[in-house]
Amino acid sequence: MRIVVTVKFVPDLQSTRSFTDGTVTRTADDGTMNELDENAVEAALQLRESLPDGECEVYALTVGGADAVAAVRKALQLGVDHAIHVSDAAIAGSDVFGTATVLAAAVREIEKDGAIDLVITGMAALDGLTSMLPTALAAALDVAQLTLASHIEIADGNATIVRHLPDAHETVTAALPALVSVTDEANKARYPNFKLIMAARAKPVTTWSLSDIGVDPVTVGAMAARTTVVDASPRPPRENRVVITDKGDGGKQLAAFLIERGLA
Amino acid sequence: MTATVAVLVEHRGPDIAQPAFEALTLARTIGRPVAVWLGEEPPAEAVAALGSYGAQEVRVLAIGERVRHPKTAAAVLAAATGDAALVLMVSTFVNKEIATHLALATGAGVVVDAAGAEMVDGRIEAQQTVFAATWNVRTRINADRAIVALRPNTTKAEPAATAGAAEHVGVLAALPEMRETLVSVTPVTREEGVPLSEAAVVVSGGRGTSGDYTLVRELAEALGAAVGASRDATDEGWISHEHMVGQTGVTVTPALYVACGISGAVHHRGGMQASGTIVAVNIDPDAPIFEIADFGVVGDLNDVLPQAIAALKAART
Repeated sequence: MRIVVTVKFVPDLQSTRSFTDGTVTRTADDGTMNELDENAVEAALQLRESLPDGECEVYALTVGGADAVAAVRKALQLGVDHAIHVSDAAIAGSDVFGTATVLAAAVREIEKDGAIDLVITGMAALDGLTSMLPTALAAALDVAQLTLASHIEIADGNATIVRHLPDAHETVTAALPALVSVTDEANKARYPNFKLIMAARAKPVTTWSLSDIGVDPVTVGAMAARTTVVDASPRPPRENRVVITDKGDGGKQLAAFLIERGLA
Repeated sequence: MTATVAVLVEHRGPDIAQPAFEALTLARTIGRPVAVWLGEEPPAEAVAALGSYGAQEVRVLAIGERVRHPKTAAAVLAAATGDAALVLMVSTFVNKEIATHLALATGAGVVVDAAGAEMVDGRIEAQQTVFAATWNVRTRINADRAIVALRPNTTKAEPAATAGAAEHVGVLAALPEMRETLVSVTPVTREEGVPLSEAAVVVSGGRGTSGDYTLVRELAEALGAAVGASRDATDEGWISHEHMVGQTGVTVTPALYVACGISGAVHHRGGMQASGTIVAVNIDPDAPIFEIADFGVVGDLNDVLPQAIAALKAART
């Protein structure tokens, strides 16, 4: 079994996030691997651990500027076998379809060393939150899509998932190769331990440019994007905020506030 | 020539969900609205209701259960909306998958989780709030065709001034091959009332409830609200996962959000910070939820909520 996990470099949720020239500001100081991708890495590692030693290899793959290498380094610390970083100035400003094109080309490049059975992604990136990438990547790879999995099972060349939708719980199955996106219900991501952190330092990260993976630069990047951010501005903070301490009439004051605002 | 704006109608069986009317209301401001209905045949009342919100046609694709397969839904939607400059839908996880497939099939540009859309110089522009609703973003769709998935409660639904009768148009479309097999579907039994994602008022409980939702539910009832919860509460098993408000659960934008015993971690704020008015009750004066609350009460839920419920009930009589 050979698995690719896609991981994204995003601004830390706890940092002050912002836009610069229409794209999300990403710096090495406050950037990290997208938290929901930890569940994708965990799913891959659990599958590897369920198989005999040496029968499963896990690749972490990211696309982004120089700082984005931090995302695959984090995946190495968690225990993946290989790390690949696709970086090229022409990728900047790509929309979800451009990103999917690059990731799919990188997966095909990895496949030169042997077929990939499974691509695992997180359910969304906590910076953009479009959650469209898994679908776009499955389409670009031309494989089955099993998205929003809260449970995965691989058996007899098939992947079967459970997905919890608001109106129903579905069980969906497909023959491998397939793409699976996992939710944060799927597992509890592990923390890197000291031994793995030390071992990760010695592991190489393979860096590819667009020409290394055979992608024509004009098919990706800002010029090919179907959407452009034309304005981004911080929202003004809420005004006239009131916080009271309950001195025996807090509930009454709360009700009075709602009635005064016409909300009750 | 007026652009055709197609609205994918969100419905639960024969019942139309409120966001469909919100989308039709927005569609009227941009062009000629047509509704698209996937699944079983709509009842006549549903067609009439869509007409009263301005839909000129209701294009019906009677594909039954195949509607659950996002690629199939997108393929038939593409067949039914070839004339549309813009396709509007409600921003749900499943619809975002449909939007992606539709964009791949038609070359359209997509904006999801949008708070609104308009035509500017012949191109669709959509507004979003991002980073836990701390930034406003405006995105232009460069392609000739646009798809915008709207968050519920971002447009106020209003019937059309001159309500017409919508024409029922049956559409036949080829269904794509499926790689995925739907093995089973177990419906989630839904609580009475408006679904959380669409509710105009939400009352949520977190760790501070210690697992007892009695007061949260009573306050919700007094306000006609849906009940939400924090990740802490659903992880503890105090309330089912469908109630989780947050970046990976349900994102809500109600007119009023009442957070009871919720500290306001960034994951939770990301799912509710764009709400109209935010009220918080928490025993901890340093809880981050107070940083975004329009009205906060530092106090014990067991003191504050019963008093508030009684005062709201008294005001009504």
